[in-house]
Amino acid sequence: MTEVLPQFKIVTPDCVEAAIAALAGAPDARACAGGTDIVVALRKGLSETGTLVDLTGIAALRETATGADGGMVIGAGVTLAAIERMPEIGERYPAIARAAAAVAGPTHREVATLGGNLCLDTRCVYYNQSHWWRKSNDFCLKYRGDTCHVAPQGNRCRAAFSGDMAPALMAHGAEIEIAGPDGTRRLPLAEFYHEDGAAHLALNPGEIVVAAHLPPAGGVSDYAKIRVRGAIDFPLAGVAVATEPGSAGTTFRIAVTGTNSKPLLVDFPDALTGESNADAFFAAMQKAVQKAVSPQRTTTIAPHYRRLSVSALTARVARGLVGLAA
Amino acid sequence: MKRVVSLTVNGREVEDIIPDNLLLIDYLRERRGLTGTKQGCDGGECGACTVLVNGRPRLSCVTLAASCAGAEVETVEAQAHGGRLSALQRAFHENLGAQCGFCTPGMIMTAEALLRDEPDPDEDRIREALGGNLCRCTGYVKIIRSVRAAAEELKA
Repeated sequence: MTEVLPQFKIVTPDCVEAAIAALAGAPDARACAGGTDIVVALRKGLSETGTLVDLTGIAALRETATGADGGMVIGAGVTLAAIERMPEIGERYPAIARAAAAVAGPTHREVATLGGNLCLDTRCVYYNQSHWWRKSNDFCLKYRGDTCHVAPQGNRCRAAFSGDMAPALMAHGAEIEIAGPDGTRRLPLAEFYHEDGAAHLALNPGEIVVAAHLPPAGGVSDYAKIRVRGAIDFPLAGVAVATEPGSAGTTFRIAVTGTNSKPLLVDFPDALTGESNADAFFAAMQKAVQKAVSPQRTTTIAPHYRRLSVSALTARVARGLVGLAA
Repeated sequence: MKRVVSLTVNGREVEDIIPDNLLLIDYLRERRGLTGTKQGCDGGECGACTVLVNGRPRLSCVTLAASCAGAEVETVEAQAHGGRLSALQRAFHENLGAQCGFCTPGMIMTAEALLRDEPDPDEDRIREALGGNLCRCTGYVKIIRSVRAAAEELKA
């Protein structure tokens, strides 16, 4: 028999309001959808809870709709397998469909949800270990310890955000809708994250992610990631790129994951025009990504390799979007 | 906390008192004695514990048993009928798709879900569908061949 899970009770609300009430009613309550992240965390002693609020019974979270601006609203409870297969997402927001298809393995995606992936815990080679492993290392700053083994001089946790969906949504300019005891609020997805591996989500107690709102897509997009095992793994680094055609040329929205404690929007305002030297343009893009990211020793793969590969990957994806050979 | 849960396991309706923190794999192996489902990585990474829940593949080591209330659960024990191996079991046996055999129940259940969905998958589709099932012995070639062989047999 496997190591017994800690004692908790499951509550199964059937509407968002009931879920918020259940979360607000118990300070240590945790929300759970597909459970592919939190159940593992509970088993490894990376999280404790007395109340697990199962969100899978809330039909409203599983809906997708056309937005008021002609964009799209995807409920937080929509599974990644559904996102991967939805023709409308594949056609209008290809990076999002590609990112969904690149999360873990197909069996995880059957139950894993958009909201769950957006709220994915940060990961680190000193954190995602068994209880005895971490105990023998005196735990770490992220949980139960006082030192970050990645950067012992620093005073914050460096664990890396490893979700694939966030960069794809950010490249498409998504906003996130959050419901809580004080009502609902919306903010740009990039503002939902903090550069702190131990507290990377701007989610207050009792709040849950309800939906992602996408504006109409202007151009094309794609997502690519590097990982240890091609069929099933978290990103060592991942990048989503979306083009924005304009009168002054094509601009690129670039969002990166796996390199920092939060997913990053890379500032690269240059426009590609008919007169641009494409090679110089994409070399500058590559430099901008290299400068923006700060991978740490949070995986078994060297930070420098991840920095170089994510920037090369960005240029490759961006070139592909405008029909240039990698 | 415990609750009374009704579910169907391999075609048989059962009603059980299930603690909220019991995992599906432990329920199946310890309570129902269905030890065909294997516990591999114990963290949702290897696919050895794959069973079907309402016809879709599910990692039983990261699934809470209580969440399967009202669901239809199928394990590798549901494959053979009347003392006869299923097409997938036979194909794995005849094509040497099982070596040490530990990943095999998960492979077979994932393949079962695939073949119900797509009776005639090509090699790429089989690779994609089995992407979350790890095998440390065979190098996958014979596993993929086994799934193809089962598809051929079911077609005939």
